[in-house]
Amino acid sequence: MAPVSTERDLRLDLFRGLALWLIFLDHIPSNAVNWVTIRNYGFSDATEIFVFISGYTAAFVYGRAMQQHGFIIASARVLKRAWQIYVAHVFLLAIYLAEIAYVANSFDNPLYAEEMGVLDFLKNPDVTIFQALLLKFKPVNMDVLPLYILLLAWFPPMLWLLLRTPSIALLSSATLYALMWLFEWNIPAYPSGTWVFNPFAWQLLFVFGAWCALGGAQNLSRWLHSRVVVGLAIAYLVFAFAIAMTWYFPRLAVFVPKFVGDAIYPIDKTNLDVLRIMHFLSLAVITVVFVPRDWPALKSRIFWPAIVCGQHSLETFCLGVFLSFFGHFVFTEVSNRVLTQVIVSIFGIAIMVAVAALISWYRQAERRGGGPRPPAARPGYAGGDV
Amino acid sequence: MRGRLLLLALLLGCGPAWAESPAECRVAENLLESSFRLPQVTRALAAKRLTVLVVGAGSSQLPGSSGTGNAYPARLEHALAQQLPGVEVKVTTDVKAKRTAAEMVKVLPALLSATKPALLVWQTGTVDAMLAIDPDQFSQALDMGINIAHSAGADVVLINAQYSPRTESMIALGTYAEDTRWVALQHEVPLFDRFSIMKLWAGLGTFDLYSATKKLDIAERVHDCIGWLLADLVITAAKPEEPPVNGSRN
Repeated sequence: MAPVSTERDLRLDLFRGLALWLIFLDHIPSNAVNWVTIRNYGFSDATEIFVFISGYTAAFVYGRAMQQHGFIIASARVLKRAWQIYVAHVFLLAIYLAEIAYVANSFDNPLYAEEMGVLDFLKNPDVTIFQALLLKFKPVNMDVLPLYILLLAWFPPMLWLLLRTPSIALLSSATLYALMWLFEWNIPAYPSGTWVFNPFAWQLLFVFGAWCALGGAQNLSRWLHSRVVVGLAIAYLVFAFAIAMTWYFPRLAVFVPKFVGDAIYPIDKTNLDVLRIMHFLSLAVITVVFVPRDWPALKSRIFWPAIVCGQHSLETFCLGVFLSFFGHFVFTEVSNRVLTQVIVSIFGIAIMVAVAALISWYRQAERRGGGPRPPAARPGYAGGDV
Repeated sequence: MRGRLLLLALLLGCGPAWAESPAECRVAENLLESSFRLPQVTRALAAKRLTVLVVGAGSSQLPGSSGTGNAYPARLEHALAQQLPGVEVKVTTDVKAKRTAAEMVKVLPALLSATKPALLVWQTGTVDAMLAIDPDQFSQALDMGINIAHSAGADVVLINAQYSPRTESMIALGTYAEDTRWVALQHEVPLFDRFSIMKLWAGLGTFDLYSATKKLDIAERVHDCIGWLLADLVITAAKPEEPPVNGSRN
């Protein structure tokens, strides 16, 4: 099965860009602005969007590479990308350690004697840093990149299978997901526990994205536009919204029948709860139905900032993590008024857009031959970033 | 989040009349609601004798020679005694830093049989989050602890983690807070939502929780307020009349 279209679907860039903005906002603790993010209004959040679209674009770019240049070359490119992400992760870790070390030295408060114990790992950096390089020690909010690294490292054989028998590939991915629930598979973490994003679970969304990119979406489109599916999707989103409201208004909780509560809680993010998948799929159905691929507004200036961020997702993501550290630093050291939070949030997104635009401009300059590299050196990136 | 809390506080309207607690604590009264009752405490109040056992980790204590007297368990005892004239109130504590929920469960049976409390106040979650204990194991520990207390004839109130803005980007409390809420809901025990209450205080400027200081004054006032509010929660949930949360205003 071949990638269905040679033209990049701008909706992917748009929604990945928006997801990156939401991840940035959610990663600043106590940010008043993050009430706008979707996790407050239902079960799934920006992570699902990011992983799905990453799977989609990975298949789109490397699927073509595998057909044109074979398994070995395409696999090498995928692994090279995984390595780049690993390097980016280690870079962010260094920044995180700098922040932690600063807090450890400057903060003292008898109210928080217990909480300050979290800095104890600085006392034995030999173990901690080593565990971090093994991706077992992962600081708060730095779980997405390790997941992405693992998904890419494992992607070449899956892509090979997807190109030959897509249904069997998707089925095997779903089987792995089911086995994970059955046997409670996950990867151990340091100092205890397991990975926050269980790769055995989240691979399903990544592979589903890849499957959609390789023609699955076209096969589904007849179903996607049926009234029944759209109606079900809307009903489910309303249900999830109603449940989400009971988290913020405890008085409403008495209206949730006990059997409903028993059935849905806890909504497991680590293992990608089925309720979360259904919520993401409902959002996807609504999006596909109401935002057509050739929607002229996609080429307008309004959406350009999000699209350009989505086109350079790794850089934007890393920058977002860095900016969220910095934002939290501003809240604690300068001011935590709501106005500051709004300004930090808007500024952060503006910086993400500016840097993405700069990268975009530089890549184009490179392709035109103005840069230090000849344009032929990067054929794998014709479809943009993965 | 802060905006949401303010909204929440506004939407929930006024609670019952709270007489004794210092004014600065009162802004958080609306976060105290619980639909669940404390029948053993009701019985103990009728018998004019209330024994409470507080089991907790490092955030249930304060350092220094007067730390024990100023930490919230002692303040809870004081607030209960003030508001329950004629009732003999006794609060015993088992507080040690760096304990996970599972570690506390291990000592619960002995503690409960030694003190025979009508109420177990159980503060947990911070250390589990810091050590990234498997959330499933954390929930199971909570389950076990509540069952042990119930079968020993004690009611339970859960207390979740403190709001600690400086370490917020280092301790992922989210999952553990959610799990605590869920377990409390399942077992129909009241949750004292210390995290949201302290966050509200920080947002309104009631207490400066960001300050780097070795002084104990803010910490003591925070613990004092927690003691008062906890007493309010216990007394409201133990009232023999109809549940406090029925006629929803929303």
